[in-house]
Amino acid sequence: MFDIGEEITWLRASSHQVGGIATFLGVVRDINQEDTVSGLYLEHYPGMTESQIEKIIDEAGERWEVITVTVIHRIGELLPNDEIVFVGVGSTHRGDAFSACEFIMDFLKTDATFWKKEQTSDGSRWLTTRHSDVKAVERWQESKKD
Amino acid sequence: MIKVVLFASLREDLGVGEVEVAATGVCSVADLIEGLSQRFGEVWRETLVSENVLVAINQNMVKNEISVSDGDEVAFFPPVTGG
Repeated sequence: MFDIGEEITWLRASSHQVGGIATFLGVVRDINQEDTVSGLYLEHYPGMTESQIEKIIDEAGERWEVITVTVIHRIGELLPNDEIVFVGVGSTHRGDAFSACEFIMDFLKTDATFWKKEQTSDGSRWLTTRHSDVKAVERWQESKKD
Repeated sequence: MIKVVLFASLREDLGVGEVEVAATGVCSVADLIEGLSQRFGEVWRETLVSENVLVAINQNMVKNEISVSDGDEVAFFPPVTGG
């Protein structure tokens, strides 16, 4: 568990150059693909997952002016309305903070080694990649070519 | 030895999260899968030879024909679904 208020307090305190903080909080939905979800299990690849997250943060830092970043991703058993993921980015101005936050979140979805299994009334099932998530990162890859 | 690790649905389908196999005669991911299926059953080949299976060697994603050496950690897993 984590406290979003404490995380924002830390991001604010980390540097007096920060002029704006953009945050994203992901929470467990109680419905997916029209089925009621009673719980979620999150698995990861210890070691690799952490280094992938660091790489995504570094790439965001190359594209935008990023002063401070916090990424938290929970693993294990989660229940509806539980927080799963937090991304917070502090920058001088809002534009860079918004963009870097969205970029980090988009790549967490497609590049970081996490896997979700959800429990429904029909049993449990591993989730598959959503097309919209793949499209979201392609947008960033195309924008880099410009 | 080569350490093979499996995650998510692959771990469940094959009933094991980690196995160690001898590196003798293993030069590629394909060789490794061949050895695993000979030792543990054809289901390993059926499960691991798929365009929906991703491979990482020593915790770095790899594509296509990549060499495998003694001491490597080779991971097989489905497309990721975090966030």
